[in-house]
Amino acid sequence: MAALPTSDTQKYEDRAFGFWIYLMSDAIIFALLFATYLVMLGNTARGPTGQQLFSLEHAAAETAVLLLSSATFGFASVAFAQASRPGVIQWLSVTAVLGLGFLLLEYQEFSGMIAKGAGPDRSGFLSAFFALVGTHGLHVSAGIIWILVMIGQVLTKGLTRPVASRVMRLGLFWHFLDIIWIGIFSVVYLPGLV
Amino acid sequence: MDASGLPVERSRRPYLIGLGLAFILTAIPFALVAAGTLPRISTLVIIAILAIVQVLVHLRFFLHIGFRSTPFENLAAMVFAGILIVFMVGGTLWIMFDLHHRMMM
Repeated sequence: MAALPTSDTQKYEDRAFGFWIYLMSDAIIFALLFATYLVMLGNTARGPTGQQLFSLEHAAAETAVLLLSSATFGFASVAFAQASRPGVIQWLSVTAVLGLGFLLLEYQEFSGMIAKGAGPDRSGFLSAFFALVGTHGLHVSAGIIWILVMIGQVLTKGLTRPVASRVMRLGLFWHFLDIIWIGIFSVVYLPGLV
Repeated sequence: MDASGLPVERSRRPYLIGLGLAFILTAIPFALVAAGTLPRISTLVIIAILAIVQVLVHLRFFLHIGFRSTPFENLAAMVFAGILIVFMVGGTLWIMFDLHHRMMM
């Protein structure tokens, strides 16, 4: 590793810290969406409950895909550290495909619920469900766009220092979303089906 | 890569360990719910404990959080967010369920 001016290192450290603060504030947003969900859990307005709507197999598939994508992103980071450009592109692509697979599963689930008349307008419980799980889905969508942009930057700019710094922050974001998902299956799907 | 985005030589080992542990910690609660043999309360308690353990596993093996390796400011921000979450989520549930209880009377 070539010696870099201190100011440059300082710049990237500041960015990483700023992004970390963003992630912590995002965690608070999710925590409050979880609290809202728990408060609204009983407010089904005589509509369907989680027990009737959730599918254990479906939630397991979503969990598996997202968990695997966290590991494949890790492989992309390792490839970056080993300065392997094809490795980075390959693993980022695998991560993006797994992310898209997750979104497809979530889309099937949501559209199936809405078709059954269990959309977000059905009850307070369902409003809270779609707000919480939908916000996570929006984050995953943003993450996939970011992954595609980073694949483009690795292709055009190569494994430069600024690109490394961006991929590192994207990694924080992607692993963070997987942690939020642990909360979702442990608070929403599993207790709903017990 | 470290906090500053410097590529650091690293192996796949932590990710594979994390993936293995996360798989086990996910499979147990899903299997418990699928089997449905334990009483409701014990199942919920086990789900909650395994979820907390799995969050710690992800923080350690995927986000590489360590008491020595992670800058102090990052740990401080995380602890601060954790305290805010406990206050806000705990307070919300306390107030709303207390209100719910009183409205039932």
